[in-house]
Amino acid sequence: MSQSMSEPGPLSFHVPAPAVRPGGTPDFSDVKISRAGEVRRPDVDVAPEEIRDLAFQIIRVLDRNSEAVGPWAGLLSDQELLDGLRHMMTLRAFDARMQMAQRQGKTSFYMQHLGEEAVSCAFRKALEPGDMNFPTYRQAGLLIAGDYPMLDMMNQIYSNELDPMKGRQLPVMYSSREHGFFSISGNLATQYIQAVGWAMASAMKRDTRIAAGWIGDGSTAESDFHAALVFASTYKAPVVLNIVNNQWAISTFQGIARGGAGTFAARGLGFGIPALRVDGNDYLAVHAVARWAVERARRNLGPTVVEYVTYRVGAHSSSDDPSAYRPKTESDAWPLGDPVLRLKNHLIHRGVWSEDRHKQAEAEVMAAVIAAQKEAETHGTLHTGPHPSARDMFEGVYEQMPPHLRRQRQQGGV
Amino acid sequence: MPRKTMVEAIRDAMDVAMQRDDNVVVFGEDVGYFGGVFRCTQGLQQKFGSSRCFDAPISESGIVGAAVGMAAYGLRPCVEIQFADYMYPAYDQIVSEAARLRYRSNGQFTAPLVVRMPTGGGIFGGQTHSQSPEALFTHVAGLKTVVPSNPYDAKGLLIAAIEDNDPVIFLEPKRLYNGPFDGHHDRPVTPWARHPQGEVPDGHYTVPLGKAAIRREGSGVTVLAYGTMVFVAEAAATEAGIDAEVIDLRTLVPYDLETIVASVNKTGRCVIVHEATLTSGFGAELSALVQENCFYHLEAPVTRVAGWDTPYPHAQEWDYFPGPARVGRALKAVMEA
Repeated sequence: MSQSMSEPGPLSFHVPAPAVRPGGTPDFSDVKISRAGEVRRPDVDVAPEEIRDLAFQIIRVLDRNSEAVGPWAGLLSDQELLDGLRHMMTLRAFDARMQMAQRQGKTSFYMQHLGEEAVSCAFRKALEPGDMNFPTYRQAGLLIAGDYPMLDMMNQIYSNELDPMKGRQLPVMYSSREHGFFSISGNLATQYIQAVGWAMASAMKRDTRIAAGWIGDGSTAESDFHAALVFASTYKAPVVLNIVNNQWAISTFQGIARGGAGTFAARGLGFGIPALRVDGNDYLAVHAVARWAVERARRNLGPTVVEYVTYRVGAHSSSDDPSAYRPKTESDAWPLGDPVLRLKNHLIHRGVWSEDRHKQAEAEVMAAVIAAQKEAETHGTLHTGPHPSARDMFEGVYEQMPPHLRRQRQQGGV
Repeated sequence: MPRKTMVEAIRDAMDVAMQRDDNVVVFGEDVGYFGGVFRCTQGLQQKFGSSRCFDAPISESGIVGAAVGMAAYGLRPCVEIQFADYMYPAYDQIVSEAARLRYRSNGQFTAPLVVRMPTGGGIFGGQTHSQSPEALFTHVAGLKTVVPSNPYDAKGLLIAAIEDNDPVIFLEPKRLYNGPFDGHHDRPVTPWARHPQGEVPDGHYTVPLGKAAIRREGSGVTVLAYGTMVFVAEAAATEAGIDAEVIDLRTLVPYDLETIVASVNKTGRCVIVHEATLTSGFGAELSALVQENCFYHLEAPVTRVAGWDTPYPHAQEWDYFPGPARVGRALKAVMEA
């Protein structure tokens, strides 16, 4: 017997940790970034085993010179790109105002998208009417880019008299069947297998609509994530399984959920699901990959896993302070840059945009957000003005109120 | 009238519901080709095709989670959890998702689904094939919880559950699948074919959710029971020679307070029987309701007979099971109080 290895000593316990903590110098040198245009674009009917390598690269379109390059470029017109820029700017302005409103006590809670705007805004434009998203709390770009009224979003955030959810849900837990936006739970990962179930139903009914599931890097550790991949793989469900890897799950760095897997996209490989990785801060790349995955689903070729590599620049929520667990300058060091700035520079490079027009657009977008906010506030904020009645609290638990709940409502004096 | 076992009645209910509505789909572990480990879905895949009845991976959370998504799409899934004991991985999907979807989305999305699961012991199933977890569902706002005790009710309640627009937990007492077991485990069980409640009409009918049934009329004491314990209570009353009124709740939530209160006000005594563990069991809720609503009619303390607060044992099954002797002792004690 070969004695090439020494006798084993005592075992040691392994807990992954991020490279740098507060006080340290941010370092992303271990993040392997593919060159823009470098990663190939396979046909949508490619066999999953032929593109296993794509789970370990990063599909990128915009290069350092703000040029769109490579096989994933060229899908969007000037106008579509200008619209995309406006959507991301709107989401950013919306976040800024609502974050401030939370600090002013007008609502209890808020969650912003800073740095991740491209993911949901660009994905939305790859869908058709009737398709259904099963989002997390950080995909409001699906609503903004789908022209859902900001006023309705704000009414929900304020839990005011026009709140479409009647004050029953935590701020930002929107729902709009009409806009293909499934009710956000606030629980984690539950929506992922639901998206697969919805997609299975669409296939069972020989419909043409597809579903998109959404999850964060941290929540991929939940068992519902794995259930979703099993079901999607087994039944070849027409679903796009999106993983938004923004590096942080509150204070927990992505390595805790990822473990020994090289990437989150690689989770799809064991299930025989094609898995792509994309620069989440590159609007063009996100859109191109979304289109590819959506087309696969639509052509009945089954599910696709897509990992969006991005960075959560802001706090997890209005209740979080990231300076306690990561360097304050870490977001500046993030190698994939800012999605708004990158698309802006690309549009300038294309000759359809300028610094002046951008400044003007920023002002216009902010004015529109503020106008919506002012109107929303005339209908009340969490603690002042008109709000849903206590009677509303008892409605909608069941289709018809059962006797025991009716008695409780009477006891409650409403 | 044709007589059916409870298994056949449950199968018939799904068959009828699937024929009437293309949106009714059935899936779960082993339910497709094989027809389920208790045979409740036998023949459905053959009859309706594998897009209406199919096998699922061993993932209870996946089964219920997928059902929630299908229900949001517009289907009416009727899924099987192989044993109620296997339900726990699906609990989050049931409690946080199915139960609250209508409420949290203000009715934009609903979850008209049924989760069927065999419940209860008496088959030497040990701790993982014998539990009665109904109180884990009755505690959850937004759920309805049903426990049938016979083939006629099982079919009518299951059709009503499938047609209901809210999520329904449908607990099937597995000891009753083949006959009305009264707790005398050392005696043969009368098959449903020779029992009047084994008479199951063909075609469509419903038994409304939320309505109890009086199984045995009496004036001395009211027994509140459901599932297997209905027959145990009847046997106990007969053997102890006590003029008991036995109420089969059929639906735990929403419960039929009117029938309960009318009976207890008449008898002045109440014994509650369930197989599930005692502490925080559904009997505690029933006891509180009786006390709140019938206090001035009560002649004796409200008494509970239930499974002991232990895991469900294997060898000691009949020491654990609240059989007719224990129920009979409680009835006598309440009558003498």
